[in-house]
Amino acid sequence: MPRAIALVDCNNFYVSCERVFQPKLEGKPVVVLSNNDGCVVSRSQEVKDLGMKMAVPWYQMKDLAKRHGIISFSSNYTLYADLSNRVMSLLSRFSPNQEVYSIDESFLDLTGITTDHTAYGQEIRRTIRQCVGIPVCVGIAPSKTLAKLANHVAKKKPRFGSVCDFSSMSATELDALLASVEVGEVWGVGRRTAPKLQEIGIRTVLDLKRAPAKQLGARFSVVFERIVEELNGVACLELDDVAPAKQQIICSRSFGTLTSLLADLEQAVIAYATRAAEKLRQQHSMAGGIQVYIRTSPHREQDPQYQQAILMPLHEPTDDTRLLCHAALHGLRQIYRSGYAYQKAGVMLSEIIPASARPRTLFDDVAAQQKSSALMQTLDRINNRMGSGTLKLLGEGTDTRWAMRRQNISQQYTTEWNELAVCRI
Amino acid sequence: MANLNLNFPNPVRRAAHSALLSLTHPNKSMFDKQRALLRKAVPAGFPSPADDYVERRLSLDEHLIQHRESTFFMRVAGHSMRDLGIFDGDLLVVDRSVPAAHGCVVVAVIDGEFTVKQLLYTPQGKVLRAAHPDYPEMLITAEQDFSIWGVVQWNVHRL
Repeated sequence: MPRAIALVDCNNFYVSCERVFQPKLEGKPVVVLSNNDGCVVSRSQEVKDLGMKMAVPWYQMKDLAKRHGIISFSSNYTLYADLSNRVMSLLSRFSPNQEVYSIDESFLDLTGITTDHTAYGQEIRRTIRQCVGIPVCVGIAPSKTLAKLANHVAKKKPRFGSVCDFSSMSATELDALLASVEVGEVWGVGRRTAPKLQEIGIRTVLDLKRAPAKQLGARFSVVFERIVEELNGVACLELDDVAPAKQQIICSRSFGTLTSLLADLEQAVIAYATRAAEKLRQQHSMAGGIQVYIRTSPHREQDPQYQQAILMPLHEPTDDTRLLCHAALHGLRQIYRSGYAYQKAGVMLSEIIPASARPRTLFDDVAAQQKSSALMQTLDRINNRMGSGTLKLLGEGTDTRWAMRRQNISQQYTTEWNELAVCRI
Repeated sequence: MANLNLNFPNPVRRAAHSALLSLTHPNKSMFDKQRALLRKAVPAGFPSPADDYVERRLSLDEHLIQHRESTFFMRVAGHSMRDLGIFDGDLLVVDRSVPAAHGCVVVAVIDGEFTVKQLLYTPQGKVLRAAHPDYPEMLITAEQDFSIWGVVQWNVHRL
């Protein structure tokens, strides 16, 4: 049976989320900014039409924004995560096999579904639009790489009505379409590789599809053999219904304001290590080491610069927030130097193993390990139920001056009782 | 515990004054569950004859929310729906997946603003009707930017 894989992608997801609860933003130019209101991370179509690019620093855009009345929001990840969960849950009804690829994208295996796939895609679109209020595009094709491209075409070419099924086209029709898309749009072709491909005459997706896979594989990376096969309609990548456990867990953020105090850095490092430990336990893993790093702002050339990292090995793998924080603080105190204005800190967990594979030693304190695991389970359960951060280490502090700057954040419409949308009637 | 009585506006009833609900702490159920577990774990004394009959306690979420993905809560400000039992400060349970039939109370968007009204399909077109003598009916015209955001399934009113 021929494979049929759909990629469903939400349009301008963060902006669309804001519009669900603020319908007056419909048709207006809207952007959502990254943490600390640094860069543009989501643009409405109106903003794209003005030529504003992704990931540009917001302060460089302020003039343009003022001229065109662009409305900006700080990122409200709590809201986006809730709406994303709703979208993904609805999508799971359309296929027995779903891979949630990112906060706003999901693969669905439509193989064996006998309804016309374009009509099915429209049904998916209508359902998500009505039930959550988020517009989506659907790309359908025999491989994941092609499904990504079909989605790109569905977004960019209005004649497809937001749903594009490559399998419904003739070979010549499809090739003509692939010849109109730049090679850089192919999933897995990086920004650095695209110019190199263009140098050897591979400019469009069709060029890459017809390129000799083996030679490209030898010249760039073996990944290219797979990409070319996928472009020719051979599914090499399966849908992963469970994301593989991460081998590295990083938690780092820029501060809202610069700080030179060790006490602020300690609070930040504890907060990040706590978050990283939560992620570690979510994937049922343990870490054998924790790295801490701090740095000043590279953009403030007038200030003295300093950055340093240190890896703290743990004497046995653990997922205990307290042990990880203890090690992280120990590391921080070794690398901290006074007299610098720090802008960012981070922690990275390494040597990650499945919790079930923790090596046993003769000197294991089994009673202490059991107590630790029970405590962490309780901690996670309470924080899941009552909201993240309900229970935390005191060292994280309650007065977090260094915390993120989010000046224009919208309400937590779906997670806070006192921030619900109001209907004036 | 909770003094509970809910008003179901679709089909519309004029049961306004019996629509009462006072909510206790939203996370209380968690402690209840843990208390139930604790009771089991007590090793001394007589075993409870009810142990084999412990079932999950009734949940309001289950009762009020038919479609988890498409249900949202909204807050009311204003008095125009008084006669249908929707008062200032009430909590609406709104389902976006339900088709808006004639007579439903809906959350509508007019020129970018939310409102709550009863939706009527008339020969002249869609009409939004308030439930208060001071507020006139509104015929939706083609020039208006109008859409239906969701259908109000329940109103939660604090006594």
